[in-house]
Amino acid sequence: MNTLEKIRKIREEKRKELDLRVNSKVGAKEKHILVCHGTGCTSSKSPKIIENFRKIIKEKKLENVRVIQTGCFGLCAKGPIVIIRPDDTFYAMVSPEDCEEIIQTHIIEGKTVDRLLCKDIDGSKVQKLDDLTFYKKQKRIALKNCGKIDPENIDEYIAFDGYKALEKVLLEMTPDEVINEIEASGLRGRGGAGFPTGKKWRLTKDVAEKQKYVVCNADEGDPGAFMDRSILEGDPHSVVESMIIAGFAIGANQGYIYVRAEYPIAVQRFGVAIKQAREYGLLGNNIFGTNFSFDIEIRLGAGAFVCGEETALLESIEGKRGQPRVKPPYPANSGLWGKPTLINNVETYANITRIILNGAKWYSSIGTEGSKGTKVFALGGNVVNVGLVEVPMGTTLREIVYDIGGGIPNGRDFKAAQTGGPSGGCIPKQHLDTPIDYESLKEIGSMMGSGGLIVMDDTKCMVNLAKFYLSFTVDESCGKCTPCRIGTKRMLELLEKISNGEGTPLDLEKLEELATNIPKTAVCGLGQSAPNPVLSTLKYFRNEYEEHVQEKLCKTGECKALAKIQIDEEKCRGCSMCKRNCPVEAISGEPGKKHHIDEEKCIKCGTCITVCPFHAIA
Amino acid sequence: MEKNSCCMDKKLEKELNEILEKYTDSKDNLITILNEVQMKYGYIPKIAQMKISEYLKIPMAEVYGVITFYSRFTLKPKGKYTISVCLGTACFVKGSEKIMERLKQRLNIGEGETTPDGKFSVDSTRCVGACGIAPVFTVNGEVYGKATVKKLDEVLDSLQ
Repeated sequence: MNTLEKIRKIREEKRKELDLRVNSKVGAKEKHILVCHGTGCTSSKSPKIIENFRKIIKEKKLENVRVIQTGCFGLCAKGPIVIIRPDDTFYAMVSPEDCEEIIQTHIIEGKTVDRLLCKDIDGSKVQKLDDLTFYKKQKRIALKNCGKIDPENIDEYIAFDGYKALEKVLLEMTPDEVINEIEASGLRGRGGAGFPTGKKWRLTKDVAEKQKYVVCNADEGDPGAFMDRSILEGDPHSVVESMIIAGFAIGANQGYIYVRAEYPIAVQRFGVAIKQAREYGLLGNNIFGTNFSFDIEIRLGAGAFVCGEETALLESIEGKRGQPRVKPPYPANSGLWGKPTLINNVETYANITRIILNGAKWYSSIGTEGSKGTKVFALGGNVVNVGLVEVPMGTTLREIVYDIGGGIPNGRDFKAAQTGGPSGGCIPKQHLDTPIDYESLKEIGSMMGSGGLIVMDDTKCMVNLAKFYLSFTVDESCGKCTPCRIGTKRMLELLEKISNGEGTPLDLEKLEELATNIPKTAVCGLGQSAPNPVLSTLKYFRNEYEEHVQEKLCKTGECKALAKIQIDEEKCRGCSMCKRNCPVEAISGEPGKKHHIDEEKCIKCGTCITVCPFHAIA
Repeated sequence: MEKNSCCMDKKLEKELNEILEKYTDSKDNLITILNEVQMKYGYIPKIAQMKISEYLKIPMAEVYGVITFYSRFTLKPKGKYTISVCLGTACFVKGSEKIMERLKQRLNIGEGETTPDGKFSVDSTRCVGACGIAPVFTVNGEVYGKATVKKLDEVLDSLQ
């Protein structure tokens, strides 16, 4: 049997077997227990949960029950998550000790374990995943398979239309037709800059050179972003398949994926995927009997944020210090080892197979005028439902924060959301109704970025936040160009001065001057966008900077030199929460009576501010 | 003592040769090889830098330049317990800065340093992707989520 027949057979047979994963009315004899094995859930003991389930199933000699490790379900705040199919039951915050009860009550007796059901935003308990508000406004395209299949089993990927797009491309389409389709879909680069993907493919294809390369940028360095990681961990084959398609379209036969070494699970799963694809003849020579050959190699990053910049990444693959090259020439003309190279980000690739299978027309019907399709966000910070969300372009920030994210915890107020990581900006309350797309975000001084979306409540100081981002940039600046190497350092020093209560009005002016000049003069995207966090906070929270400078006051207490942590006697109810949690025993007071902070002992760690249920400490 | 360290070097050399043999002498294998050495020994010994430079036929200065460029590579051995506090944005917003300060205060060392007894090293990382349980710190790679200053104190006490 040749590869094509074999794949088609697996697709047909395995699809029947796995129908219960997507069809709850199937009345199947089998039960599938899906356990999230993404990074968040793994850190909260999901491997132990899998082990326990398997052990109990073996002990009780249960047949027709399978335990499957999957990629991220998205609702990380409620992890570890267990889903039972075909019953479609969603259990949250499961501990290894709960396995026995789930097996006994749910699997054997057929009843729901009510206490493990997930609480929705309104406090009601919800049984099914699709009924959770968190999922209602989402549309999963790039994350289609995450949480549905076992990422280490190629057959499960094939069952859900896996490698079908590749089949279509190799057997029915020409490279130009593939590129036309991607162009017509309106897909833009999901790494942050938003360059039209089809155009990039066309440019690389049009260069007359025999040796070309396809590269996948999986150096997801934005702190607080874990979209690419989740795709690689939950659905690695979708990236493998799309890279092969890209190779066919531009005329390359070798691909590289550059992954952060900090992502060991992603590296391991992608490695497994490549190995399986080779065994099935999906990578290698003469794929599907055509004269097209393609292979992929993994290259590990070694902890340098700047390597997410495409030319720095190429330098790093070549084994050098990851310092950006001066553009032009662009990688499409002169990339890896001087050869034409196509570089796309993980999430961009994850969209390709869906576009080929469902058509450009379908894809471009989703989203806004200039930004088509969906975008995955890593929603984090001060928001109830921390996790991974995928929404159509044009969804407003308010919908993401309040409807999907469940709002701000602890009765606090929304202050700002940060998109685009160290290259992006802060979006204040008045722009909550801005539709999320490339243009709108740019207009309000932020950027799409790769998809980190950090929500901040009113206990956060914007000067301190700007300082945090600048210290990141200073650390990560590669040192090649002066504006970035020295300019960002000077900016950080000014911010430190302001944060320490030593700032003058002139410092604010200097800060602004540097922030406007660095973008015009730095070599690469990292330097050019480094002042964005300062520019956007200056734009929307200038009063805070002025308070720091003129009144020597940091209202949130985050800038320690300007902080005075005090208990508001009117609000204090004497619950002793602060006293019990203080690491240095600086708080005194009898239960039921007003408490007091000893300023001498206080290390200003802020624990009491966080734990006080009455918001009496500031 | 001297004889002992000489034997150690021989053993190291043999192991390094085994690592190098897995790769061609093409220059672009440098980072991959360094990653393997770093993972095996927890740092890049000087003798490894010399061997790699010889094998790939590149100056040792260039090897050194690459090592010091990337934050995963270190030139000194780490302590028995490496404690890394995540300073990614999600953790930062949830107060990881305070955890870092407490850690440095308790161990009386700075970031990237090791206690004189060789027991603890302090590091910061940029996002381990466990933002759902922020703030987090890791001890030898094991993730501790929803961390507080108190939780850190407890973990440190248990390791003392």
